[in-house]
Amino acid sequence: MSVICAISTAQAPGAISVIRLSGEGAIEVAARVFEPAGNKRVSDMAGYSCAYGEIKSGGERIDDGVLTIFRAPHSYTGENVAEISCHGGIYVTQRVLRACCENGAKAAQRGEFTKLAFLNGKLSLTQAESVMDTISAQGELTLRSAKLIREGALYKRSESVKGRLIKLLAQLAAWADYPEEDLPEVELETMRGTIESCEREINTLIKSFDNGMILRRGIPTAIIGKPNVGKSTLMNLMLGYERAIVTDIAGTTRDLLEETVRIGDITLKLTDTAGLRKTNDEVEKIGVEMAQRRLGESALILAVFDGSKAPDREDEQLIEQLKQSSGRVIAIINKSDLGLEAGYTELCGELTNVIELSAKSGEGKGELERIIGRMFTSFDEEDGGIFVNERQKACLDEAMRSLTEGRTALDMGMTLDAVTISLEQAAGALAELSGERISESVVDEVFSRFCVGK
Amino acid sequence: MQSDYSYLAEFDIAVVGAGHAGCEAALAAARLGMKTALFTISLDSVANMPCNPSIGGTAKGHLVREIDALGGEMGKAADATMLQSRILNRGKGPAVHSLRVQSDRVKYHEYMKSAVEHTEGLYLKQDEITDLLTDEGGKICGVRSKLGSCYGARAVIIAGGTYLKGKVFVGDAVYESGPDATLPANKLSASLESLGVVLRRFKTGTPCRVHRRSIDFSKLERQDGDEEITPFSFENKRELRNRVPCYIGYTNERTHEVILKNIERSAMYSGHIEGVGPRYCPSIEDKVRRFSERPRHQLFIEPMGLDTEECYVQGMSSSLPEDVQLEFMRTIEGLENVEIMRNAYAIEYDCCDPTQLLATLEFKEIEGLYGAGQFNGTSGYEEAAAQGIVAGINAALKLKGEEPMILDRASSYIGTLIDDLVTKGCSDPYRMLTSRSEYRLLLREDNADLRLTETGYRVGLISRERYERLIEKKRLIEQETQRLKHVNLGPSEQLNEYLESMGTERISTGIKLSQLIKRPQLSYEGLAQFDEKRPELDKEVWEQAELNIKYEGYIAIQMEQVEAMRKLEKKALSPDTDYREIRGLRLEAAEKLNKIKPLSVGQASRISGVNPADVNVLLIWLSAYGREKGEGDGGAD
Repeated sequence: MSVICAISTAQAPGAISVIRLSGEGAIEVAARVFEPAGNKRVSDMAGYSCAYGEIKSGGERIDDGVLTIFRAPHSYTGENVAEISCHGGIYVTQRVLRACCENGAKAAQRGEFTKLAFLNGKLSLTQAESVMDTISAQGELTLRSAKLIREGALYKRSESVKGRLIKLLAQLAAWADYPEEDLPEVELETMRGTIESCEREINTLIKSFDNGMILRRGIPTAIIGKPNVGKSTLMNLMLGYERAIVTDIAGTTRDLLEETVRIGDITLKLTDTAGLRKTNDEVEKIGVEMAQRRLGESALILAVFDGSKAPDREDEQLIEQLKQSSGRVIAIINKSDLGLEAGYTELCGELTNVIELSAKSGEGKGELERIIGRMFTSFDEEDGGIFVNERQKACLDEAMRSLTEGRTALDMGMTLDAVTISLEQAAGALAELSGERISESVVDEVFSRFCVGK
Repeated sequence: MQSDYSYLAEFDIAVVGAGHAGCEAALAAARLGMKTALFTISLDSVANMPCNPSIGGTAKGHLVREIDALGGEMGKAADATMLQSRILNRGKGPAVHSLRVQSDRVKYHEYMKSAVEHTEGLYLKQDEITDLLTDEGGKICGVRSKLGSCYGARAVIIAGGTYLKGKVFVGDAVYESGPDATLPANKLSASLESLGVVLRRFKTGTPCRVHRRSIDFSKLERQDGDEEITPFSFENKRELRNRVPCYIGYTNERTHEVILKNIERSAMYSGHIEGVGPRYCPSIEDKVRRFSERPRHQLFIEPMGLDTEECYVQGMSSSLPEDVQLEFMRTIEGLENVEIMRNAYAIEYDCCDPTQLLATLEFKEIEGLYGAGQFNGTSGYEEAAAQGIVAGINAALKLKGEEPMILDRASSYIGTLIDDLVTKGCSDPYRMLTSRSEYRLLLREDNADLRLTETGYRVGLISRERYERLIEKKRLIEQETQRLKHVNLGPSEQLNEYLESMGTERISTGIKLSQLIKRPQLSYEGLAQFDEKRPELDKEVWEQAELNIKYEGYIAIQMEQVEAMRKLEKKALSPDTDYREIRGLRLEAAEKLNKIKPLSVGQASRISGVNPADVNVLLIWLSAYGREKGEGDGGAD
């Protein structure tokens, strides 16, 4: 019955993307997310036929596109297959995939379509071994990447949630398996609290799915500052060529310039903004508004100050604003080649990252790149550094669903043996990320934590 | 190897050891028409309880009911000899309800011995078996006793309990002994090893027994049995009643002081013991040391029988010297003047590595040899009996040329126990726990008959009448479940008042009775007044209908998990497979698979060290292999 889905085109911006669904219920899932134009119905579509229509999720339109239906056994996998072509933006494509997952499909494992194709007799015997090689390579790869993830924030955090769940499950197990021991009661309120905190945590991780996407697509980075502090010069410095018009006249940059910069493994979506100042120039006004909006949307803010001039009230306000900002901030005291005024050090005292730089001579560029590199590869506890891929997200979604079910059952007054089933499912979904078996960890935990026995 | 032994007698099946595993094995084999010998070192120790005088408890109660559902004896013996009965975990949900009785230890032994003696084709004999006899092909053909007599047998079931090279430890005192001061079986181990059985040492312990008159019960908390008693056996007709109370007491800081002061004198700390002890059953010195923050530990005083003054002190297992035992026992409130009648001790014994076994409990490499009970690395009477009946049934079925009886994890705790043993093995004595089953909500005590009695009938241990009763019960349950899903109740004032009084929401439109039963605050019995056309039904019928409805969603989830598991379980793997030859398998996985030789992809997937990618490789290899042999895509769904 299970339906798997994946993005079948390259995960890069392109004109179109294809999301493929396979499984007995693939056409039903497609019918839930795709609404053909006119009076056509997806369930009536014949094999090898297409329809144009809207792709929807929860009543909301995501995109328009084309649905192609292949009916078993005449498809790549030999099962029912539905392929949804949508516009090629990575975000849109992800949304369509997610809509499929939310409507009954499971994210496919790498190579799963090919595996199915083989199992359903669509590939020849001679291809079997190459499929096995692929899967085994994938196994090794998973192990290796699991090892990498092990050092990452996602692993740490999903492990911490799983750890809490296993502790709770062990408590429930001890409570059920050793009713006559002098064990502390399972407090329903504490249990509820644990479930809720796990839900919150997983929710954050699920949200970071989008952040992870941002990270792969490029970190939205805004260069901000008062007019003529050297923002465009900084942008040019980072790009390595002249892109922005640089003049000494304040307000030269009127619209947003967007460029992609690579620093090691990191991609920045660099936006040079019009200077932040009150202006009467209509065109510039729009630029300033856009810049301010950008500030809110950016994951990284490079705030530039003219170090050759003493800080004024506007600078102070900007720094206050930066302290409130949710994004990561690097304060750049520019024009170090002209000699720096005192006052900035104290003013920027509470900001973590402050560097002195000369955008003109390039002095300090290396340091800036080092700081950015550290920010986005150290996988610290902040959300921005977490990669969650589709498969991991599917696990997190399942964990989330089970936790919510468990909490609801608990609130309804369901017996704890039933609640336990939901919590085990949640822990099991998280264990899929690291490949352990839950029942064994629970039993081990019981024996290590509780004094039980005759 | 020699095969022209001169036999004193010839049997189909010989069972070595007449404890809880041996008795069930022998009874099942004989009842299936096999001429069966049951050997024991002492006839006075048949079905002895050398540790706690009780049967059942969490997960163990499930096992007893499953044994009964298959046609075994333990449940009947426990019902017949019970002194007190309780359902543990009441209110925690049906999955974990667990029946436990206090038993009259001597009466239990007498009951079981008599059941064995009165079974046709079953020969109970006091003799120590020292050697296994094999024919030229290496197949088991009989046993030899300490007295030099040879007995022919086409299959042998080893159920040696803690007798194999048994060694008792009390402080510095160490001596060879079986449990409860019986003779150890010192020779059989060598014979097993010469056949290739891998043996290891496990250890377990038991607390002291004390004289009733030396206990001040006024200082202890009394614990009585349930008013309404649920029997173990689905066939029980007699009325059961409680005869004795148990008592609860606590250790205190002084107890712990005495123990810690003398801890070096414990056999466990002196380095004499090489065996691995059970994690689930730590000695009191272990508890005190490992959980030093606990100000007290609970203990239970349980009567050993109606005709004896001996009492068992649950919770106080120890291998400290006798004088220390007496000293710490007397620090306990209510036990200030306690008289110890039998001291606590630790016992170490030989057992096998159960991953050498098939799920039928026959050794993979030694045809005709089976293992059951503590010999397979478990602990507990119930775990032993469960394996006993499985080994007895399978040895008989094989000799009869019939299909084996393999219970999967979704069928029973028995199946879970055996799958864990033969697939994962065990590194310390294995105790059944409800948390070991992933299908708990399906495998309940209350539905053991619905799950297993048809299997018992198919193999031949369940009578036609009992089977027909079961089919009728199933029909009635289904009928009542359907009726409850169709009966409509209107929003009458009376009903709404009742709903409010039970702390649940009123209804404004008509509602199906089943929808109300689903509410945790309501019950089938409570709603009787609003269910006018309710048929007269036995509790065991309506209870099942109620549970079916109440837990419908969860049962559905678990059934899905079962389906997924069974799909992989159906993909058979040949034991002749050399996994090193399968392209794409990781080396570690191939080694583990070669060791365990799983019989299905499902079993393979549960071996630790075999990851999902390896399972995929196996599936594809199976499919390709099937096609190559012209069997279509054998491995595909």
